[in-house]
Amino acid sequence: MDVRPEFLALVLACALVTALPRVLPLVLLSRATLPPWLLDWLGYVPVAVLAALTAIEVLVPGGKGLQLAGNPALPAILAAFVAAATTRSLLLSVLCGVAAYWLLL
Amino acid sequence: MKGFRGGVRAALPVVLGYLGIGLAAGVVERAAGLSHAEILLLSTVLYAGSAQFVLAGLLALGAAPAAIVSTVFLVNLRHLLLSAALAPALRGLPAWKNALIGLQLTDETFVVAAGRRPLSAAWMAGLNLSAWAAWAAANVAGAALSGLAADTRALGFALPSMFAALLVLQLRLQRRLRPALAVAAVAAALGVGAQLALAGPWAVVLATVLGATVGLALQRWTSAPSS
Repeated sequence: MDVRPEFLALVLACALVTALPRVLPLVLLSRATLPPWLLDWLGYVPVAVLAALTAIEVLVPGGKGLQLAGNPALPAILAAFVAAATTRSLLLSVLCGVAAYWLLL
Repeated sequence: MKGFRGGVRAALPVVLGYLGIGLAAGVVERAAGLSHAEILLLSTVLYAGSAQFVLAGLLALGAAPAAIVSTVFLVNLRHLLLSAALAPALRGLPAWKNALIGLQLTDETFVVAAGRRPLSAAWMAGLNLSAWAAWAAANVAGAALSGLAADTRALGFALPSMFAALLVLQLRLQRRLRPALAVAAVAAALGVGAQLALAGPWAVVLATVLGATVGLALQRWTSAPSS
């Protein structure tokens, strides 16, 4: 039940950079507005982050070496995508992905 | 129904969703080597679902702390948009109340609050505290249950499944689907390429910045160059 000091520092740093975009617009808005191009750019950030993370997790398991042939993560992630597109439920999508992966392992 | 209890009641769908995803998060965080106390700390202080999955994933990859903080920052930058969208409805409140409300802003609570006018601080507190408590409880429960699971390799796949599902939901929210799909394709290819070439922690940051910039450029290019 220990908290490593370096982990505490990591969480606090992450919490700080998370709190700023959550809090600042609510507190400061009506005084300044963001330029439209920046709003558009920010709108693409979640898509880019999630696409990069998904692709790396699936295609470069463990962080090293491309794995294509016989990679059970490929059909399993397809199951998660289909479940998300049809049910719009995060929970059901995660369950489908994990179940498919478990069956293919 | 306007006060704290109304907010608690409105939080019910969020609470149910968080119980499920929080369990998966706890399992993934445990698999990434975090202790129970660290998972409680993470889920109460950071309190950001996708960022916690990102943090666990990067820790498992052995990423440097600076890269983890940068990626979490990029992942959570989207809250700027949600916070800005919520601001007009809460304009009358003192700054410290808005700061507390903003601290617990998530995609899911935003969706619940966005369809509700007028908003009160007490109602927002009921919504936010319910979702926050459910998230932390589910994370800890997931960590406790992960010891019982026979095969954590399959459970680890909750992480990419979650990313894939969030990606689909994000794409549905996009006003312009074509550039968004291009962003996803570019970021995925760049991310994998950068991960293979650098084998380092900055692949996600690089792919995100370049991917979003490509999307903006495409959008500018394809929309009528009238101005």
